[in-house]
Amino acid sequence: MFRWILTCFLIPMGQGAIWANNILVCPTCPVFSVKEGIRLAGPCDTVTVDGGHFAEGNLLIDKELWLIGKNWPVLDGEGKTEIITVASNHVHIEGFKIENVGTSYTEDRAAIRLQEVSDFCIKNNQLKNAFFGIYSQHSKNGIIEGNTIHGEAKEEVSSGNAIHLWYCDNIKIINNWTSGHRDGIYLEFVNSSTIKGNLSEHNVRYGLHFMFSNDDNYLQNTFRNNGAGVAVMYSKRIGMHGNLFEKNWGPSAFGLLLKEIHDSEIEGNQFQENTVGIFAETSNRIVYTKNNFIQNGWAMRISGGCQNLQITSNNFIGNSFDLAVHTSGADNKFDGNFWSDYAGYDLDHNGIGDVPHRPMKLFSHVVSQTPESMILLRSLFVDILNFSEKVSPIFTPENVVDNQPRMKKWTAASTVKTTNTPLPKALPGKFLQPALNSQEGADNHFK
Amino acid sequence: MFKILKYSFFDLIRSRWTYIYCGFYMLFTFSLLWLSSDLSKVVISLMNVVLLLCPLIATMFGVMYYYNSREFTELLLAQPVKRTSIFLGQYLGVAASLSASWVIGVGFPFLIYGVFGSAQAGNFLMLLLIGVVLSFVFSAIAFFIALKNENRIKGFGLAILAWLFFAVIYDGILLLSLSLLSEYPVEKFSLIASVLNPIDLSRILILLKLDISALMGFTGAVFRKFLGTGLGMVVSMAVLAVWVVLPVLSIRRVAMRKDF
Amino acid sequence: MISIQQLHKSFGTNKVLRGIDLEFDQPGITAVLGPNGSGKTTIIKSILGMVLPDSGTISVQGENISGKWRYRNQIAYLPQIARFPENLTVAELIRMVKDLNTSTAQDEAIISLFELRPFLDKRLGNLSGGTRQKVNLVLTFMYDCPIIFLDEPTAGLDPISMVRLKELIHQQRLLGKTILITTHVMSLVEELAEEVVFLLEGQIHFRGSLKELKEKSEETNVERAIAKLLEKQITEMSA
Repeated sequence: MFRWILTCFLIPMGQGAIWANNILVCPTCPVFSVKEGIRLAGPCDTVTVDGGHFAEGNLLIDKELWLIGKNWPVLDGEGKTEIITVASNHVHIEGFKIENVGTSYTEDRAAIRLQEVSDFCIKNNQLKNAFFGIYSQHSKNGIIEGNTIHGEAKEEVSSGNAIHLWYCDNIKIINNWTSGHRDGIYLEFVNSSTIKGNLSEHNVRYGLHFMFSNDDNYLQNTFRNNGAGVAVMYSKRIGMHGNLFEKNWGPSAFGLLLKEIHDSEIEGNQFQENTVGIFAETSNRIVYTKNNFIQNGWAMRISGGCQNLQITSNNFIGNSFDLAVHTSGADNKFDGNFWSDYAGYDLDHNGIGDVPHRPMKLFSHVVSQTPESMILLRSLFVDILNFSEKVSPIFTPENVVDNQPRMKKWTAASTVKTTNTPLPKALPGKFLQPALNSQEGADNHFK
Repeated sequence: MFKILKYSFFDLIRSRWTYIYCGFYMLFTFSLLWLSSDLSKVVISLMNVVLLLCPLIATMFGVMYYYNSREFTELLLAQPVKRTSIFLGQYLGVAASLSASWVIGVGFPFLIYGVFGSAQAGNFLMLLLIGVVLSFVFSAIAFFIALKNENRIKGFGLAILAWLFFAVIYDGILLLSLSLLSEYPVEKFSLIASVLNPIDLSRILILLKLDISALMGFTGAVFRKFLGTGLGMVVSMAVLAVWVVLPVLSIRRVAMRKDF
Repeated sequence: MISIQQLHKSFGTNKVLRGIDLEFDQPGITAVLGPNGSGKTTIIKSILGMVLPDSGTISVQGENISGKWRYRNQIAYLPQIARFPENLTVAELIRMVKDLNTSTAQDEAIISLFELRPFLDKRLGNLSGGTRQKVNLVLTFMYDCPIIFLDEPTAGLDPISMVRLKELIHQQRLLGKTILITTHVMSLVEELAEEVVFLLEGQIHFRGSLKELKEKSEETNVERAIAKLLEKQITEMSA
């Protein structure tokens, strides 16, 4: 990759270099077709498109190339075709508005498809009304950064994913804003990749979706108001740090779904106002630490077959239910958390409550049996019921207990920075001026 | 009627019980605010309190006032005043003074802590409104019970029982029947059953504010429609209004037929 | 002025009034007498509309009272037990009643008569029984009503006030009013009443002037006359 940077990335900076040409395309230029511009370009050349509206069907990029848009040229698929297909390594696409891919039930059309390539960079584009946004298959060593991808998906079957990766390695997905697709970001068989600082909201299914992907990290992303926040399935060694999961509401909605996930760490995240903060199923050796769970319906639901969990040093604040644990895992740990409805005392003033806390309420058990009884939440009768269960536990699991409940909340918990939201909130569909509409800073990606 | 209301109100406003009631709320609210200056938490704590205390105190107060003013009522009955005006006036006087104690007792500390201008203003107003409505509903129920029963001990007993029924027993029966019927679709039943109890109804209004995340976890379409849209708020408010009107009409009916 | 026809009333199984027919069409003072529970207060309350009769009609000033309330400003009523809202002061209570009944009131004269002025700013809850009865009297007599009902008017009064009350009643009589008094104090009856209605077990046992009562019972004293009537009734019943 570094070799490529030396050969290609540095060239546009020294425009005078003999062996790199710049081809200008604009509606009034001698070259007024993007397709023609690409055809004329040699390896490592730059094609600069200055403004204009181009509906030229599919653009195939089959050579190492910089394709740069200035003044937001529009590439329009007119609802008929895939727009850009990248079939060469070392391609850089930046500064375009790419619109109207059109729904297809037979093929996965995308605004930008990356087909078995490496060392690509897709940056600061504005994708609108794309079926699939950026579709990368069998590709590696790439960057997808600062793109806004807005669709108008209403239902799962007729929508595609905003960023879709399939059999990829070492991809960085940074500061993108996706909305209105099936999944905001979809990863299947994607290893050693980083997803950072993205905002994924109002997607029909998931904000971020992992399948069969190992050794990935996602951090400081925001997942808001999606069908469900993040689903991590059948994967190993995933690091989840400093993300914000917010307002994922619905009968099967959750902030984070873990299904057959092993050896992973969930640290410093904030789960706020989700129907279920974390739903974990058959997931072993997971560390949950320093997370904030605030005003969720259930902070965590842990169902069968979850062994060796460590739930420590989290804050549970104002959730309707803190924990619903339906697993017999004897080696699960729940110690050292702050529970806002802990009612114990701390006589020795060491900051740790002297009475163990049982975070699982009887009513939580009742609700899982008879969901309609939820309507009785916070009633005096239910409080009495919970109290009597607390005094002498019969129904709630014996080992779900915090032996060292904190008296005060952890202030160091959650590394979410709200300013980290990659793009300012604007009306969906309204395009933003990009922060970087030039090549400046392009070489910062790999720092 | 408004003359009677005015006199009952001013009579109660000067009663030491009103001050104790008002002072209790003020002390309670101040201490909550002092312990945790987080307005939202205090509003949540008070929401739990309002469901319990407002009905209880309104019930006790209503019964007590009716029995205490029995002879005074007779004096009024001999005056050229319409019968229903006397009872409705007295009832409204009790309900209004209870509401005033609640609003002042809770409102004053919050005002000092600057609730308006904070994000909690909406929830706070909702809290006040629920307290007022519950005071109206339960003092009406209390008046009705007292009118029906000449025997004070019996009247007090029944009033307490009524409160206990609405506050605890009703929910117990509902929960039990829900678990027994869990094989069947009980979605509508549970919703209707909760709406029929004024305390549950107020609780749902509070749930809509505090626990919307959990409530949205329902699979049932009726629940989601009721709770997830403005419908829940509108229906709850409407039924609460019915809950005020219904006991008042009963008071009227009983008062028309009663001997003194 | 007042006409009662076939008035029946029972409280539960207890038949309190069993067909009362009464007419009061002349001004005068009538004492309604009878043992406890004979229905004296019930009759008065029925006329006031406080007790709703099971059957029978009552007319006041020629108007059937059923469902009406305005006719009550024709009647001044002194209830048996006077308990008032404890937190009001005497002055406020008087003002309030004046507010409810907007006929012209002569409260000042009555207040002076019973020397209530020092108590005007006191709370009713703090007054003695006698003082309350005086307040009660003020509320009754401050209006110029053609009909006056007095239910045990002397309860708790000191001798001076008693004298003044008698004077007041007498004065009202001279103004041509119809006055009904229930009492157990026979001296009062003897002093004031022109006519006696004697109730027994919900029926009118005797109605007539004091003189007739005495003649009938061959006694010179009302108290004895009444006692004799009662005894006679009991022997008749056991015979």
